[in-house]
Amino acid sequence: MRAGLFLIICLLVAAVVFAAAFALGNDYYFFAGYVVLQYVVLATAWNILGGYCGYVNFGSAAFFALGAYSAVAVHRFHPLPIPLLVLVGGVVSGLVGFGMGYLTLRLRGAFFAIATLALAVVLQTLVVNWGYVGGSRGAYIIRPEAIAPFGSYIRYLFLIMLLLAVGAIFVARMIERSRLGYGFATIRDDELAAEACGVPTLKLKLIATTISGGLMGMAGAPLPYYIGFLQPSSAFGLDYAVNSIAMPLIGGTTSWVGPLIGAVLLGSLQQIATVTISSAVNLLIVGFVLVGFVIVAPNGIIGLVHKYLQHQPDDLVGRRHVSVDSPGSTT
Amino acid sequence: MSAMLHVDGLGKRFGGFVALEGISLSVAAGERLGLIGPNGSGKSTLVNCICGTLRNEAGTVRFDGEPLDGDTAHERTRRGLARTFQLPRPFVSLSLADNLRIPLMYAVAARGGAHLSTSEIAERCVHLLREVGLERKAKRLPRELTQVEMRKLELARAMAAAPKLLIADESMAGLTHSEVEEILTLLNRLNEQGVTVILIEHIMRAVMSFSQRLVVLVSGRKIADGDPKEVMRDPEVERAYLGQ
Repeated sequence: MRAGLFLIICLLVAAVVFAAAFALGNDYYFFAGYVVLQYVVLATAWNILGGYCGYVNFGSAAFFALGAYSAVAVHRFHPLPIPLLVLVGGVVSGLVGFGMGYLTLRLRGAFFAIATLALAVVLQTLVVNWGYVGGSRGAYIIRPEAIAPFGSYIRYLFLIMLLLAVGAIFVARMIERSRLGYGFATIRDDELAAEACGVPTLKLKLIATTISGGLMGMAGAPLPYYIGFLQPSSAFGLDYAVNSIAMPLIGGTTSWVGPLIGAVLLGSLQQIATVTISSAVNLLIVGFVLVGFVIVAPNGIIGLVHKYLQHQPDDLVGRRHVSVDSPGSTT
Repeated sequence: MSAMLHVDGLGKRFGGFVALEGISLSVAAGERLGLIGPNGSGKSTLVNCICGTLRNEAGTVRFDGEPLDGDTAHERTRRGLARTFQLPRPFVSLSLADNLRIPLMYAVAARGGAHLSTSEIAERCVHLLREVGLERKAKRLPRELTQVEMRKLELARAMAAAPKLLIADESMAGLTHSEVEEILTLLNRLNEQGVTVILIEHIMRAVMSFSQRLVVLVSGRKIADGDPKEVMRDPEVERAYLGQ
């Protein structure tokens, strides 16, 4: 499928989702949907580095919070429309992603993961001690009650996150089918062999950390307007880091579809649990579901589907099969 | 013949252990060079230093008249210096065709200054897979291959980088007599096409039948360099292989 057609389909689906939420006539669906969509962006962004390149990032919350605090900083200096704040958040987090990549990408496996975790701790400490954005006291953002033509402000925020989700999915899908995507796959499989094949692994990893960090920052930028009061413990919350990893793992990491499925399933489940039981059980749910999937479907839902369709051994599913005759097509 | 590869005074240490000391050798364009030595003699370390996987602490490497010092491994591949690995390292999540697609997309395209079209890449993949007898398994994953097929994939992937010089690091290890012949045929064919080949191997029958010249490493030092038959008669080489 051509990129243009894919984007049109994504936008059509987004329009249907927005219209459906609008038709339900209850702003709660926008509140809940916003969180699910936010996780779609986070999971897709995490997967670009973690799934495609095989570099596990435990610092998703840091990039997300950077986006949020960039928005707060800019808002305090001079309030701007949220789409511009999203861009600012994306640029800031993308640059930090690039810097983090430059400093840490010579590490692999657990060492890289721990380095990303350390980054989150360092950034949180900086934010806690930065009075301009509220420091440990937190920062209030008074958002307007309504905005034309959407009515309530949450509908506007929902639409922004919906478009961000479409953008993130489109970017992930474009990468997957491109020369860059093949390069990422070689990094995941064997970096030494990739270099021996002419793949500039460091450059590609920097591209991955920048795109991944940038998308996470974009997802975080509208957060202050969504929650109204931003404090370090909520912006750097463990939920963001854990969910960003768990959702792609549950959906499947080798394709853009996996994080989308994982985020929608797990995100919706958490929203249901929040209103029926308590938000405190959200991480418990993630833990149970993740353990279940590790046992039953280590390659995620996409892996299960492939296994069912192709009757292949479990560790083959979810992997790329490309025809010799049509290099761009996957089966 | 002009020197395709010129190594001068190469040295490499791992902590206090001297892996390579003052290695100098020249490989002419189109030559078939055999590189032998007991386990731990520094053969793979030398290959890694030449290919940029490891940084040498002393000495220089020139390839095709240009110094390689400071170049990363992928930059050296893009210049036309390809290698296979002692243990095959295929891209396990990619089909065989896609394994070959990678050097075509990254090494060959970069050298040509323009990206190859998808149809050109596909054609070259088919051609290379046919050359090594794996065209029927183009869509399979590497884990479905036999040992000799894995070695052939490794060679085909190195060939896909359109090398001027190929370093085959123990490409025949663990293969049967007939399989060794298959790999030798491939290497000879590649050499006939103008590719300079350095063969690192323990199977002496293969080394002797393939090499025009033989270099022997022992404990990180070069102890012999010359005609294969004469080198094998060298008392120092005999001592290194058979003991005193």
